Amino acid sequence: MHEFSIALSIVDIAREEVVKNNALGVEKIDLEIGKLSGIEIDSLKFVWEPAVKDTVLENAKRDIDEVEAVSRCQDCDHVFPAEYLFNECPACGSLLTVLQKGKELRVKSLTLKT
Amino acid sequence: MCATCGCESKDEVSILKPGEVKNQDHLHDHGHSHDHIHSHDHSHGHSHGHSHGHSHDHSHHHDHDHKSTSVTVNLERDVLHKNDLMAERNRGFFEARYITALNLVSSPGSGKTTLLEATIKSLKEKTPLYIIEGDQQTMNDANRIASAGAPVVQVNTGKGCHLDSDMIHKSIEKLNPVEGSILFIENVGNLVCPSMFDLGETERIVIMSVTEGEDKPLKYPNMFETSQICIINKIDLLPYLQYDLEKAKQYALQVNPNLTFLEVSAQTGEGLEAWFEWLKSRIPKREKVT
Repeated sequence: MHEFSIALSIVDIAREEVVKNNALGVEKIDLEIGKLSGIEIDSLKFVWEPAVKDTVLENAKRDIDEVEAVSRCQDCDHVFPAEYLFNECPACGSLLTVLQKGKELRVKSLTLKT
Repeated sequence: MCATCGCESKDEVSILKPGEVKNQDHLHDHGHSHDHIHSHDHSHGHSHGHSHGHSHDHSHHHDHDHKSTSVTVNLERDVLHKNDLMAERNRGFFEARYITALNLVSSPGSGKTTLLEATIKSLKEKTPLYIIEGDQQTMNDANRIASAGAPVVQVNTGKGCHLDSDMIHKSIEKLNPVEGSILFIENVGNLVCPSMFDLGETERIVIMSVTEGEDKPLKYPNMFETSQICIINKIDLLPYLQYDLEKAKQYALQVNPNLTFLEVSAQTGEGLEAWFEWLKSRIPKREKVT
């Protein structure tokens, strides 16, 4: 869903930084995408090439950190791998669990050519 | 192509009041330029000729021309940053004017517009109501709302499949809702995409009708996870269907244990009193400034 438009948003962010830093281009881009972010990472990889063509990211190396979803129980402090946004604690059965990791959709860093 | 909604970047988004004629007012600025496909920011202008006017007898690296360095910028920038920023601005606007903004999401045909018509007819004398309608094309929904008697603006997204915070921002500029009012945002009928886009709403209401099957929440979990209220509509049809209402609620609670339910028929009026009471309870009580 929207992977192409997400890729274009990433290009926008990269271009802003290139201009801001007076850089010549982007050598590498590091992305952080959580398993529960709503983004299908394979689809993103598929649309990446056409999205970055003729842009600052065209020749950049791309690294995607696929973040596993982790949840923490607020009742018993148990930390466990999360399958959904809302999870039942496997230790005590509580529904008061909070997702700690897994919804990320961000550009972690850019290595710019200066 | 627009990076925020993926539609063709030919200014297809329009925001109009019923009766307004479409002019050059093409509001497609999601806060970024549309020529990103053609940008050539990675400059080639790094010519570094050797005409220094001195001899080159000294040892000289041949990569003198290419003396570029790398610098890593730790951005930690959220990709939907721009939408989220505008959503927070919208949120601030609503809070400042004590406006309750409700984002109504559902699949097409669940009865959102009919519910709004019934709501307007019942509440318009008691509370100022404003509507933002979202559809790919036509003014049909906005015209229905206008006939029901509430100020409305129609956003046509063209090929876009959801409303985003920028469209809401521009719509509220046109509507100029007064203090203490309720703003209904009828999102594009779509159970997938709108879930990702924060509009700045006070609450998100997911509507599903009894003709859609009990397992809707399991099939479209993101939408139910990100909503606070679930309205089950068309309950007047229950005698004609094999629909297990309790199971539907159970499935929805599995996906989001914090959901509150309302069971209604927008058409016959059944259950609507509870909906109106709920709405009245959302209007913030302002303290009188002395």
